[in-house]
Amino acid sequence: MRLGSGTFAACCVMIEVLGVALFLRGFFPAPVYSSSGTERQVEHPAPEPSTGANSNWTKLPPPLFSKVVIMLIDALRDDFVFGSKGVKFMPYTTYLVEKGSSHSFVAEAKPPTVTMPRIKALMTGSIPGFIDVIRNLNSPVLLEDNVVTRAKAAGKRIIFYGDDTWVKLFPKHFVEYDGTTSFIVSDYTEVDDNVTRHLDRVLKRRDWDVLILHYLGLDHIGHISGPHSPLIGRKLSEMDSIVMKIHTSLLAEERETLFPSLLVLCGDHGMSKAGGHGASSIEEVNTALVLISSAFERKPGDSRPPKHVQQTDLAATLSVGLGLPIPRSNTGSLLFPVVEGKPMREQLRFLHLNTVQLSKLLQESVPSYKREPGFENFKVSERLHGNWIRLYLEENNSEALFNLGTKVRRQYLDALRTLSLSLSGQRAQYDICSMLVGTVVVLEVLALLLLSVPHALSSKAELEVPLLSPVFSLLFYLVLLVLSALHVIVCTSVDTSCYLCSLSWLMAGGVMVLISALLCAVISAVTKVFASGKLLSKNPAHSSSRWSELDLLIVLGTLGHVLSLGASSFIEEEHQTWYFLVNTLCLALCHEICRNCFLGDSGAPQRCLHAEEEFDGATRAPQGRGADWDMLEIDRVSTGPSPLEALRDHERWMVLASPWVVLTCCRLLRSLNQTGVQWAHRPDLGHWLTSPDHKAELSALAALSLIMIFVLVQRRCSLASKVAMAFGLLGVYCYRVALGNVLFPWQQDNKDISKGITEARFVYVFVLGILFTGTKDLLKSQVLAADFTVRTVGLWEVHSGLVLLAALLSRPHNLPVLVLSLFVQTILTQFVWRPLRHDPAEVTVMHYWFGQAFFYFQGNCNSIAAVDVSAGFVGLDAYVEIPAMFLTAFATYTGPVLWASHLVNFLSSETSSGSSLSHACFCYALICSFPVSAYIIMVTSLRYHLFIWSVFSPKLLYEGMHLLITAAICVFFTAMDQTNTKS
Amino acid sequence: MKDTDIKRLLYAHLLCIFSIILSIFIPSFFLENFSILETHLTWLCICSVFVTAVNLILYLVVKSNVSSKRSSLSYKVTRFLKCCIYLLMSCFSFHVIFVLYGAPLIELVLETFLLAVILSTFTTVPCLCLLGPNFKAWLRVFSRNGVTSIWENSLQITTISSFIGTWLGAFPIPLDWGRPWQEWPISCTLGATFGYVAGLVISPLWIYWNRKKLTYKSN
Ligand SMILES: [Zn+2]
Ligand SMILES: [Zn+2]
Repeated sequence: MRLGSGTFAACCVMIEVLGVALFLRGFFPAPVYSSSGTERQVEHPAPEPSTGANSNWTKLPPPLFSKVVIMLIDALRDDFVFGSKGVKFMPYTTYLVEKGSSHSFVAEAKPPTVTMPRIKALMTGSIPGFIDVIRNLNSPVLLEDNVVTRAKAAGKRIIFYGDDTWVKLFPKHFVEYDGTTSFIVSDYTEVDDNVTRHLDRVLKRRDWDVLILHYLGLDHIGHISGPHSPLIGRKLSEMDSIVMKIHTSLLAEERETLFPSLLVLCGDHGMSKAGGHGASSIEEVNTALVLISSAFERKPGDSRPPKHVQQTDLAATLSVGLGLPIPRSNTGSLLFPVVEGKPMREQLRFLHLNTVQLSKLLQESVPSYKREPGFENFKVSERLHGNWIRLYLEENNSEALFNLGTKVRRQYLDALRTLSLSLSGQRAQYDICSMLVGTVVVLEVLALLLLSVPHALSSKAELEVPLLSPVFSLLFYLVLLVLSALHVIVCTSVDTSCYLCSLSWLMAGGVMVLISALLCAVISAVTKVFASGKLLSKNPAHSSSRWSELDLLIVLGTLGHVLSLGASSFIEEEHQTWYFLVNTLCLALCHEICRNCFLGDSGAPQRCLHAEEEFDGATRAPQGRGADWDMLEIDRVSTGPSPLEALRDHERWMVLASPWVVLTCCRLLRSLNQTGVQWAHRPDLGHWLTSPDHKAELSALAALSLIMIFVLVQRRCSLASKVAMAFGLLGVYCYRVALGNVLFPWQQDNKDISKGITEARFVYVFVLGILFTGTKDLLKSQVLAADFTVRTVGLWEVHSGLVLLAALLSRPHNLPVLVLSLFVQTILTQFVWRPLRHDPAEVTVMHYWFGQAFFYFQGNCNSIAAVDVSAGFVGLDAYVEIPAMFLTAFATYTGPVLWASHLVNFLSSETSSGSSLSHACFCYALICSFPVSAYIIMVTSLRYHLFIWSVFSPKLLYEGMHLLITAAICVFFTAMDQTNTKS
Repeated sequence: MKDTDIKRLLYAHLLCIFSIILSIFIPSFFLENFSILETHLTWLCICSVFVTAVNLILYLVVKSNVSSKRSSLSYKVTRFLKCCIYLLMSCFSFHVIFVLYGAPLIELVLETFLLAVILSTFTTVPCLCLLGPNFKAWLRVFSRNGVTSIWENSLQITTISSFIGTWLGAFPIPLDWGRPWQEWPISCTLGATFGYVAGLVISPLWIYWNRKKLTYKSN
């Protein structure tokens, strides 16, 4: 079957997406719940261990506290409470921490430091898998055993106010709740007022046992203006007054009921130096945890720094405090100071319960649990505990009893520590089988793409895909047989966790057929290449001389980038790689331009020589495949000795200056958003612009940018879409005014901040209108099959529709990125690609590089925290999954998408040869799938690396998403190519 | 092409390498606490002075017997002034390029400029010595198939390898090893130096290796 190379590439990328999806499914396995978690049998609490004499205490110990208030402040970093900020802005809390009856800790959160997994960790005591981050936007009900469910089962009445993630996690658990959505990040007062307004009423009532408050304001301030913003201090003071209010009211109640209550002040994660969170820097991981209760001893002002504990330890502590069984999947250990004041027998009982629970979990998750040091410790301490009980029951109230008690306690604490350490090391297992299958698919596709390079880039842009032959070949059936045998063996083996085994036979069979068909195709392609290689080797081709410096740079740059993905620092700082490559590309272009300009006359003979060589190659065309390569070059060379000679003088100067203009633009953009990790805290223009003091400057810049966008886009649009564009851009500005980001010149102060729903929808209407006009033009050109200009205009209108959407979604300080991307595109088109007649493959690669660089210019980086979720809520009242996902993806990948759509425009308007679009599509597919395939292998080999969850996994998700977008782009390319060939 | 030419080239290059080695060891006799990493800027100045001096000496020795015609004093002076201007311009343009590559604009200006100076020493100074202030000749040498002598060929190789060395020298900067040589611009200057030395070593060998294949148009 003959296929155009564009279609072929699109198919390949789609299969590759399938392979990567399979790999991701294996790499991020769905969290395995503790096996007994599903069966809801009533289990009896472990009785006290005993040797000889029988203990009479088999029931759970009674609750320590009558009431518990959990005050969770999102992004409460440890130094906001214990550091200088705490002393300054939280005087009451500082007093409690230093002198009051409280215990304070620094609780370490495990990455990913994102809200939902952290809430899960706090309530279940387990460490949620990485996949939970992706579910963060759409949190399903928490099925795992947790404190809230246990409390509800025990008949406790729970009230909740705050982030509605809780309501999604625990939909039927609260007797009263009020959820606030956390996605409108720009709002930091209303989210908290929504919580506080219930407080007075609730604190007066007596009809609840647990009160959970989740304050989001601090986190939102961090996202907007970072941890050093003056707003942080104000917010902390507000929080301090709330702590005081709750604490005094709890104390007043205690005086009446004489039962102690507990106030827990904690954070879910910290705040990075830039104000975000998600990764594993110290600032993001360390959170404050303060337990306040009159049951604790008053501290005589000791100023030891708070102890470091795990965030998961809170779950066990809360269970003990409320008199509940400890959640089954808990990996944390009880915070011992909480029970320190109790009699020795109760202390040991609590420790015993926790140790039993942890050792059970260890038995479930580790086959060789008996050899674990924690388990041995546990056995020893249980025996000692039994001895102690016997002594105790014998009424032996002596020194010996006390000494033994302290010894047992120490032993238990030791066991708890080792157990919880070894359990938290036990993460979900990788599903190697699915990973392997996915990798094989991806590698086969890559091999197929690489092997078909010579044919796909030939002037015909067609290649033979041996689709039928595999079906009849022996090899195909053999491989299929072997694979099915393997599949059966894997599926029937004892402890399989393979995702494919859980699929139906039809699906798994489909995957196997795919793998074997691809293998056959690869093998036939290899034989073909060898056959033609033998032909080629007879005439030693001058293959090296055809490579210009630019080609060399492109190949080396791509290879270098792929290699750099093996180092975690290079992933964190990937933007540096791309800026570096793009700069070098500009310098290489400059060199080429200089040579063409100044050596136009003196270099003429040399040029002719070059051309002669090419013709020499062309005459040998029938003999080998190399000739196909040359066709484009001949196009380029035979048109004239120096392509720049036709230009007028001032244009020549523009051509000479253009790389420098592009370089300057890149430098400006680079200082707009500092991304990455190492230098993220450096001051940048973006932060300067978004600070509340510079609203006027930001407004001016945004207005100027919108005008510039109009100027740059309108020149190739039809009149109708010009008008639509103007209105749309006006709407964008109005939308930002409504949101309170920018101001109208006549407006003094922003009083009413709305969500800007109407304005955003107004813009959407124009976006859809422009896209519709563009599509209509494209269809018209296809039906009429004549008009070239209509087609060009249509394509440009589609491009400008995308630009308008991007303008709506990007933050106001990022509008210059959009402007400069359009500007650089114009410059390069006018003065570089058109006069120098680069071939489509080179132009494609340059577009790809610039697209990547602009991805980072937008402020993205390879951490989950950098995704701007607020883009998914533009013009939407509530969270609607599909549009929100689409909008977020588009806002994140604006750079690559716009550059790809510009590539389509450029190629279909510039070159006369029909094959350029399919060449471009093929190159785009190849250059995108190369890093993904290499990265998959690297990640597999680095899967036990220290930074696998904090650095490599987010990058893997980014790569997967990028591949998906590439697939969409390739389909678009192919569709354009089809209309092109038909017209 | 004669073997004596290659031999002379080799000696000249050895002299250049020797000057770089001297610039590492000699100052420690005169200056206290001198080391490449800690007093990096001093070393940069000394190194560039040494290399420039050696290049000038070589130029005077090699060229004095060639260009004797029309060597009026005024011509020489204007030529020298032109060379100085070219050198300064190259320093500034390198500085601009480094800033475009992402070097800080305001902080560390001196460091960036000294990197530009040392790179100019390795690339522009030999070019000026060999080709004179003639931009077209430079372009000719640095485009493909444009060299006309082994000297130009070796110039091409050393210059390109210095550039590549500087370019590669920027790679370790983002790594989180926290070594002193990862500071801007130490890794780049070291890269430039290594590249230059490598070019000096490689070019005579390469020319010797390919002496049969190399044919120069006007030699
Ligand atoms: Zn949070
Ligand atoms: Zn947040």
